[in-house]
Amino acid sequence: MEELRFLRREHLPHLWCAGCGHGIVLGAVVRAMDRVGIDQDRTVVVSGIGCSSRAVGYLNMDTLHTTHGRALAFATGIKLARPDLHVVVLAGDGDLAAIGGNHLIHAARRNMGITCVCFNNGIYGMTSGQYSPLTPAGFRTATAPYGHLERDFDLCRLVQAAGATYVARSTTYHVHQTIEYVARALSHEGFSFVEVLTQCPTYFGRRNRMADPVRMLEWFRQRAVTVAQAGRMKPEELRGRVLIGEFHRTEEVPEYSRSYRDLIARLSGEGDGDGR
Amino acid sequence: MSKPRLMQGNEACVEGALEAGLRFFAGYPITPSTEIAEMLAERLPRVGGVFIQMEDEIGSMAAVIGASLAGVRSMTATSGPGFSLKQENIGYAAITETPCVVVNVQRVGPSTGMPTSPAQGDVMQARWGTHGDHPVVVLAPASVLETYVLTVRAFAIADELRVPVILLSDEVTAHMRERVQLPDPGALPRGERPRPGRAPANVPPMVHFGEGGRILVTGLYHDPSGFWTEKPEEADRLLRRLCGKVESRREELTLVERWYLDDARVAVIAYGCVARTALRAVRLARERGGRAGMLRLACLWPFPRHEVAALAEKVDAIVVPEMNLGQVLGEVERAACGRCRVIGYHRVDSELIRPEELVPVLEGV
Ligand SMILES: Cc1ncc(C[n+]2csc(CCOP(=O)(O)OP(=O)(O)O)c2C)c(N)n1
Repeated sequence: MEELRFLRREHLPHLWCAGCGHGIVLGAVVRAMDRVGIDQDRTVVVSGIGCSSRAVGYLNMDTLHTTHGRALAFATGIKLARPDLHVVVLAGDGDLAAIGGNHLIHAARRNMGITCVCFNNGIYGMTSGQYSPLTPAGFRTATAPYGHLERDFDLCRLVQAAGATYVARSTTYHVHQTIEYVARALSHEGFSFVEVLTQCPTYFGRRNRMADPVRMLEWFRQRAVTVAQAGRMKPEELRGRVLIGEFHRTEEVPEYSRSYRDLIARLSGEGDGDGR
Repeated sequence: MSKPRLMQGNEACVEGALEAGLRFFAGYPITPSTEIAEMLAERLPRVGGVFIQMEDEIGSMAAVIGASLAGVRSMTATSGPGFSLKQENIGYAAITETPCVVVNVQRVGPSTGMPTSPAQGDVMQARWGTHGDHPVVVLAPASVLETYVLTVRAFAIADELRVPVILLSDEVTAHMRERVQLPDPGALPRGERPRPGRAPANVPPMVHFGEGGRILVTGLYHDPSGFWTEKPEEADRLLRRLCGKVESRREELTLVERWYLDDARVAVIAYGCVARTALRAVRLARERGGRAGMLRLACLWPFPRHEVAALAEKVDAIVVPEMNLGQVLGEVERAACGRCRVIGYHRVDSELIRPEELVPVLEGV
């Protein structure tokens, strides 16, 4: 129960619907914070706009609820101004992969020292259930009444290709893994990214014969395949499944704010430039 | 006083910003503002500050606000298309009361327009570009030296009132080179952020990230504790206070310069690069016996309507030359309120208004 110190209990209960998975993700985040012993007076949690982004309202630390899609850009300014602070971003799949996609790939490319947790419910929850870039093909949403025609992103592969130095995926069914991955992400110096599949029974489930949140959790369990299992499976067996696990981890790339501090130190050694 | 130097407007902006204590700049290259970014990329790390070229102007504005909330004086610089992209987050700075300075070097719009030519078409956008009622202060320099002075002032106002301040320059003022003698370091007031125990009326004290405040900053309507609220009375109180911060200081934010107004029958109201040629036109008209004068506006918003109303009382006519189709003109008409004739003179062909073309306008009224 030590993790309760990370919550603004005076603002509970939260605003999420009954059965929503966002509370499970937030619970995993505070347990991970507890596990790595984060200093809540030296941590800033930044979010965008969406149901998931409201998570910052309940966190008892410095918190910034920004504009839709821009959390990582705000977080970049904070990290560069105060590299000594721990900077965490919590946001939805629409926020991070659609309107904020540009900031996502560039934060990853720079290897900014930010831990980013994506609450992936495959839908725009806040605006009542339109499709997102993470909505799987064929599923119904408020704006895909005949079934979704587009393919979804593999967000973990995207951020890894863009340069992220810690990348993992889990689901709200796999709570222990989620806590562990977020904890490792929090301990990582560069850009760390954890995607967590979470259920929106209200808008995703109801339209796709999974109105009961337990059905959605079972769906995650059935769809999830670990990296090790996937290695032993045929491509046709993998169709429609979701890979979970830790995909990438490297300490070899310098974190950006550290590189900039090194530059400042190098220049101060040169004097003010007048004597060049 | 420092040694006189030949300096460009954008360079003076950089010097002013550094003098004001700028330590974070985020931007995206765009003509005619790019020199500011290039110079700061070189200068900022040398004074322990940070420069970053973001992926777009939306991200630049966001990063500037983030850095400011972390306690660092922050700025961005852009031009028309980029200024449009920054608008949503300028509104975010307004509602979260985050001090920041946004330089907009005006070029011809709309859209890509004429990227290397001057205009004054963003006066209304600077005031109303983001959605919803909101506070903002807009300063408009007319010379290289004034670009320096107003940049320092922009940071002071931003910090003291916790508002976004727009430095509305233009391609002529930004690229023109003049011989300037900058004031000594420390000569101009730098202003201070309101802090717990030391905050002016209407402006709440600011607690930065990392100070143990465990604060929530949100663009939603919020109560005085910072937590989001949908209570109508809290919403009403917040917006009125936010706008009132600037409105109640209209007099102290009045920055005008008066030329030959004592006996004037016709007055020019001008700002930015056009004020330079307009002053020449006023002098030419005077040489030919006309009783012309000029009121130059260095702060466009809040609009100095009391000054304009008093002027309209004294003169027969006011001429408002602008490189747009009449943006300040409407404000002047509103303030003059029928007390005198108000005549607009517009040029939107990318050419600076010349003194010779204004003289007949002054003489014709
Ligand atoms: C610029 C802008 N465009 C659109 C919106 C409307 N909007 C609010 S939240 C949201 C999507 C939320 O979806 P997601 O990020 O996946 O989070 P969730 O609500 O599902 O947790 C949208 C489109 C907005 N607030 N701002």
